[in-house]
Amino acid sequence: MARPLINVPVKVKRGETFEIKTLISHVMEPGYRFTTTGARLPRDIVTSFWCLYNGVEVFRADLSPAIAANPFVTFFTVATESGTLEFKWTGDNGFSETAVATIAVE
Amino acid sequence: MGERKPGATRRAVVIGGFFAATIATERAQATPEQMRAAIRNVVGNAPIRKGRVQLDVPPLVENGNTVSLVVAVDSAMTATEYVKTIHVFNERNPQPYVIAVHLGPRAGTARIATRIRLADSQTVTAIAEMSDGTFWSASADVVVTLAACVEGI
Amino acid sequence: MNRLAPSPHTSGRHVIAAAMMALVLLAVAGSARSDDIPLDQRRSGYADLGRDSKAMQDDDTANPATFWVLDGEVLWNQKASAADRSCADCHGDATVSMKGVAARYPAFSPAHNGPIDLEQRINLCRTEHQQAAPLPFENHDLLALTVYVGRQSRGMPIAEASDERLRPFISRGRDLFTRRQGQINLSCAQCHDDNWGKRVAGALLPQGHPNGYPIYRLEWQGLGSLQRRLRNCLFGLRAELYAFGSSELVALELFLMQRARGMTIETPAVRP
Repeated sequence: MARPLINVPVKVKRGETFEIKTLISHVMEPGYRFTTTGARLPRDIVTSFWCLYNGVEVFRADLSPAIAANPFVTFFTVATESGTLEFKWTGDNGFSETAVATIAVE
Repeated sequence: MGERKPGATRRAVVIGGFFAATIATERAQATPEQMRAAIRNVVGNAPIRKGRVQLDVPPLVENGNTVSLVVAVDSAMTATEYVKTIHVFNERNPQPYVIAVHLGPRAGTARIATRIRLADSQTVTAIAEMSDGTFWSASADVVVTLAACVEGI
Repeated sequence: MNRLAPSPHTSGRHVIAAAMMALVLLAVAGSARSDDIPLDQRRSGYADLGRDSKAMQDDDTANPATFWVLDGEVLWNQKASAADRSCADCHGDATVSMKGVAARYPAFSPAHNGPIDLEQRINLCRTEHQQAAPLPFENHDLLALTVYVGRQSRGMPIAEASDERLRPFISRGRDLFTRRQGQINLSCAQCHDDNWGKRVAGALLPQGHPNGYPIYRLEWQGLGSLQRRLRNCLFGLRAELYAFGSSELVALELFLMQRARGMTIETPAVRP
């Protein structure tokens, strides 16, 4: 599936707070569904998501099976300096995905 | 790990442990007691105050599989006064946790949005853990109906 | 939340079935034929969405359907199997060549001696021009290609069919739309022409226009075709489901697109 989608402004004024929107493709199988033959579909979810701003963690989320498929998470962070936003997702069955966005702070 | 203090790490591990435990049970639906227990797990014996937290969920959802959730907490988010964690719980899904987000002064604004699943009409509760150790909460009642036109039984 | 096996929620579906039976009793007795919705009263399913679902559709970075669109773009440029030919090799830049195509599908296919939908057209290209096996219905790659092509018609009006060869099939589609069927014994028209805007067991009845397909359906938590959605409708009526690719489903698709002629394409739309 295609890479995660990150929505960040291109430029922000120093000290201002800006919103980051993230979307990742993932089935988020809750582990409570059954097939018609009675077999349980095993849990397969993203469990952790975090954001590093120039290497410093500024946001972290612990996800549960109650998060809808294709997890969408938005949060805010303060524009401290220009640089790189790194996003990382990990989950069941060794799931791991990353995304990167740059931010220009003036 | 940047802004997070060791206490927050411990709570994140506790929540992970609870997830592992729920897979082993056959229970298909949580109860309000399970939710209260999950909340105690996080809050301990501290009092939970009403206020400062706004929980925004549609009162009648289009589909329980994908429900918009916005949580905002009234806080200046300064280095000395900020929201540490926002915990969201439910009372009727198979397990009581929804999401826990760890913030800090770098957040600037304590406001998060996501999309959640709700198995039935129920109350969703958000609890904010502040840097001063206090807990604040808000709840919202949500009506969840079933789609008539689905894949099949 | 069990969708694949009998669950406590089966009782919920019985409530919906009972509610629909009540609707039958209340509905005008006798004829299942109803008048078309006047053209200026037609309403896209978008208008019935809640604020957050509208926001999901409006923002490509918040719409999970975008993942399929991006995959479709990759597939468009990929060589397919034996002929070593990609879609792009014949059709070039899809953002140019595919503009307006989805707006005039289903279209008549001489090879099929009848209408085919966009998914079938893509498979026809694969078998005839790419020496590639056809993709099964609802296959990820087929959906990705279909939504990528459909996306190029976003913002354009659904074309009015001018091909006379389509007339009998549009008529067949209308017959299927207006006849009672299933254990619920209702026609599509009785809900979606006569009672749109009202609620059945809490769920809002849309007019049911196909102007956003393939859609990201919240019920599926994934992208799917109009044919899949129509089979879900038939399930709601407790009627026998027409097979994927059947002439019934294509006739219904054709009729529905003509019923929605002139409406703006929203592909990929978000719907409950």
